[in-house]
Amino acid sequence: MQLLNEKPKSLLDIQMHYCPGCGHGIIHRLVAEAMDELNIREKTIGVAPVGCAVFADHYFNCDMIQGPHGRGPAIATGIKRSVPESVVFSYQGDGDLASIGMGEIVHAAARGEKLTVIFVNNAIYGMTGGQMAPTTLIGQKSTTTVDGRKPEINGFPIRMCEMLSTLDGVVYAERTTVHNVAGVVKSKNAIKKAFQNQIENKGFSIVEILSMCPTNWGTRLDNPSEATKYISDSMVKVFPPGVYKDISAK
Amino acid sequence: MYQGIRISGFGGQGVISAGVLLAYTGIIENKNVSFFPSYGAEMRGGTANCSVVIASDEVDTPIVSSPDTVIVLNEPSLAKFEPMVKPGGILIVNTSLIKTEPKRKDIKVIKVPCNEIADKLGNAKVMNMVALGVFAKATGALAIESIGKALPKVYKKLKPEVIELNIKALNEGAKLA
Amino acid sequence: MAEKQLMKGNEALSEGAVRAGCRFFAGYPITPQNEVPEYMSWRLPQVGGAFIQSESEVAAINVIYGAAATGVRSMTSSSSPGISLKQEGISYCAGADLPFLIANVMRGGPGLGNIAGAQGDYFQSTRGGGHGDYRLYVMAPNCVQEMFDFPKRCYETAYKYRIPSMILADGTLGQMMEGVEIKWPEIDVKTIEKPKWSLGINTERRERRMVGSYDLRDGMLEKMVLERVKRYKEIEEKEVLWEEKMTEDAEIILVAYGISSRVAFAGCKMAREKGIKAGLLRPITLWPFPKKRLAELAPKTKNFLAVEMSLGQMVEDVRLAVNGATNVNLFARPGGSPIFAEEVYKAIEDIVKKGAKEYATVK
Repeated sequence: MQLLNEKPKSLLDIQMHYCPGCGHGIIHRLVAEAMDELNIREKTIGVAPVGCAVFADHYFNCDMIQGPHGRGPAIATGIKRSVPESVVFSYQGDGDLASIGMGEIVHAAARGEKLTVIFVNNAIYGMTGGQMAPTTLIGQKSTTTVDGRKPEINGFPIRMCEMLSTLDGVVYAERTTVHNVAGVVKSKNAIKKAFQNQIENKGFSIVEILSMCPTNWGTRLDNPSEATKYISDSMVKVFPPGVYKDISAK
Repeated sequence: MYQGIRISGFGGQGVISAGVLLAYTGIIENKNVSFFPSYGAEMRGGTANCSVVIASDEVDTPIVSSPDTVIVLNEPSLAKFEPMVKPGGILIVNTSLIKTEPKRKDIKVIKVPCNEIADKLGNAKVMNMVALGVFAKATGALAIESIGKALPKVYKKLKPEVIELNIKALNEGAKLA
Repeated sequence: MAEKQLMKGNEALSEGAVRAGCRFFAGYPITPQNEVPEYMSWRLPQVGGAFIQSESEVAAINVIYGAAATGVRSMTSSSSPGISLKQEGISYCAGADLPFLIANVMRGGPGLGNIAGAQGDYFQSTRGGGHGDYRLYVMAPNCVQEMFDFPKRCYETAYKYRIPSMILADGTLGQMMEGVEIKWPEIDVKTIEKPKWSLGINTERRERRMVGSYDLRDGMLEKMVLERVKRYKEIEEKEVLWEEKMTEDAEIILVAYGISSRVAFAGCKMAREKGIKAGLLRPITLWPFPKKRLAELAPKTKNFLAVEMSLGQMVEDVRLAVNGATNVNLFARPGGSPIFAEEVYKAIEDIVKKGAKEYATVK
């Protein structure tokens, strides 16, 4: 019998708490596969956020730290500058990275910290029960925008990859999705590249991954297949996937 | 012995460096010293001042509220610090820049044209040293030679000829005390 | 004895920390502590350390959270408003049992306040400061020599008990210059063993390590906190430091820390000259507070007088320790105003000669 696939060694064999149809589980696996394939598990230190992925420190089979909401890039900076030969990644959601932690992500990027940032954008606050996120789409319903997000009251969604790619410290910024197989493959390659850039000491890399939240996207979308459609029909129009910056070859 | 000093003038007149030099001189003479600068919003343009304490006993507070000696190098400093001088204390006035007459009768006032003397010596920058020379001689708190010894320790980049000039300025001041 | 060096308080603090093994600093400019980040920015690279000027105090403390998790001796410094911003991160560090050094060069408050020396952050420093049940090991230097010496003891205690440590100074101590004698050898960081809990390169194929401050399982957080409390109890027993002057026969004992303790002592000396038996107890650690010693002294003296540059904060710890056994009075000047010996003497005289009880002066 031939073994075709197995759980990555960089992922612990315990049950995750994520909801059915959530993208976090897929993204965790992709990060772990990238670590395995690059053979960096023994020197990788991960930073878990506050938000749905708060328990990420229980899932990855490498040294992990969990810190205050939004401060992942600052914590990662402290680790990386203390142990420069390590590989440090910060795993963050949209509230964590693009709202409360906007200062930390922008300045870590501006300093050109040699870090890998995995940014999971599902356009909603998941853990706290579906409030508006900085990336919530115009018209999207949440528990704090019950009639849908209105620009005149709630402002506009923030495009992080576009913004960060203007900073000289950023080497690589790509947006991908995990709502279909092609997206998953692209996400995996992007994550691997973001790690590779750090291994080669090139600078700051961020992969923004559009991800499903069937639980908090409202009843109409409360099933995984409807949720994937919301990404392909709506999210990609506001957050177009693609490579926003790549100067890693220079 | 206890000698509490306030030095005050425009930023750039060497107020802070004169204070640091006095404190270092105190260390050379094995005394307890403290130096405390004014800091913050008045760093440029306005009046800079500092407190120095030289004492044989422990220094209680570095902020000198009733100084034994006050050195004022510009007009606004006179108005601010003349009232603070301890009765029987000394007020050293730089008459090159201060035209107002001090009012106090219960203190000793020493008037010295610090800028003119420094100019005559060929370097306007040593005007603060002229004032320190006056201070050392008038109070007897520190020896002129000790200040001279402290100079290269505090200002490590000074060339020997500049140190010589500073010492000359100290001595010129001492003559006028 | 080598000749003393004339050093500014903030620079002595920085150099003392480096000699005590500090190899990582993150901070944000704020008066009156700017000399600390300035000094560290050139000094740490000389010894192979890292310096980061972060975008905010919030980021600074979290950079330290990451650095401290790798076991490197790390430090951040700020002044009152900046320390308030760091409280969330300090709470996480305490919850994750991470040792590091934080220096607060206090200024007048609340709010933006002013930039003069003050002692208004006593409650914040000694009660933990941020959210949750925790403490910091807090040392209060009262001269530039101690600014230089105390970082070493802070690191030793912090690493021994896995607790964040704080040096609580003020603008006066930070900005003043005094002679400093270098009395202890520089610590060779190569001799410091990597802590067993530190994150890093896993060459020995050990179990993976986790640093964090949470446990959502039933009753587990309480267990975690109670384990920490055991260490706190040990610190209270073994690590409390104070200094006494002329307390043996004192009819009034002044209690003061930091720069205020020097002025209070000058007030004591003035009182002794006038025949009033005054003495001083100076807490050197503010947490743990020398409460046992105060309780011992309480029956032997008629009065305590707390002298502080805040609106009556430390006096509460004195009252708790004395527990009603004798009078506890207060002389306080808030808002960044310095205290002078003459006014302390006046308070002593009012209390001892005029029999003022429950004397509380806020000048």
